[in-house]
Amino acid sequence: MSARILKQGDILIGSIHAALPDADILRFQTELAERVGKHRSRAVIVDVSGLDVIDSFTARTLQDITRTVRLKGAEAVVVGIQPAVAFAMVQLGLFLDGVRTALDLDDGLELVRDGLLDRHARVG
Amino acid sequence: MLVSDELRIPIVNEVDIVEARRGGRALAAELGFGLSDQALIATAISELARNILQYARTGELIINVAHNGTRKGIDVVAVDQGPGIADPDRAMQDGYSTGAGLGLGLPGTRRIMDEFQLETGIGRGTRVAVKKWVA
Repeated sequence: MSARILKQGDILIGSIHAALPDADILRFQTELAERVGKHRSRAVIVDVSGLDVIDSFTARTLQDITRTVRLKGAEAVVVGIQPAVAFAMVQLGLFLDGVRTALDLDDGLELVRDGLLDRHARVG
Repeated sequence: MLVSDELRIPIVNEVDIVEARRGGRALAAELGFGLSDQALIATAISELARNILQYARTGELIINVAHNGTRKGIDVVAVDQGPGIADPDRAMQDGYSTGAGLGLGLPGTRRIMDEFQLETGIGRGTRVAVKKWVA
């Protein structure tokens, strides 16, 4: 499976490296939620820079990941949406409501470390 | 792959969605579409293939080169022998879905492609034909 979850202190970084079939995306979602509990993670960063398409199913899964992680008491940030992918999402009408995003992994980590998520991510 | 090749991708399970997307994107790149358009086309293909799986269970995507005088484009047809769409006008509205989707599939696809044609009816299956021209 082209997805990987790394633990870095109290942060989990989940990266999707290439287009995944739906079942693998759902497995990724489940594993992230399990590991948030196991490692008592404070935040999850989902790196989607390897995705060349974010369609309605993937967008909904990213929203679900955000909600699931939040229910486990952590925060989630989606990072690395490619410019062309962002453009296509807007055209399609996918806005990732309720999902906190950052430009890239560095910005996502900064958001988490500065505790900015707690103040800004109250949506959905 | 030669540009003249027709690409027929049976849509039977979700892995085929990824395959269809990859094939469509490769052809789009070959035709000279830019990265943004390639992403748009791949997204449209993804939504069309997903609709097939979700509502008809099986079907086929046929991807071709489109010609109009000297203009070139990509032609994507999604066909299935599923139940058909009872209310096509409503299916074209944003946010309307009888399934588990976000209801953006058809209206979203129409927005991102240059041409869009929907033929459907109860018991007649569904055929969606879309085109996008190289700018």
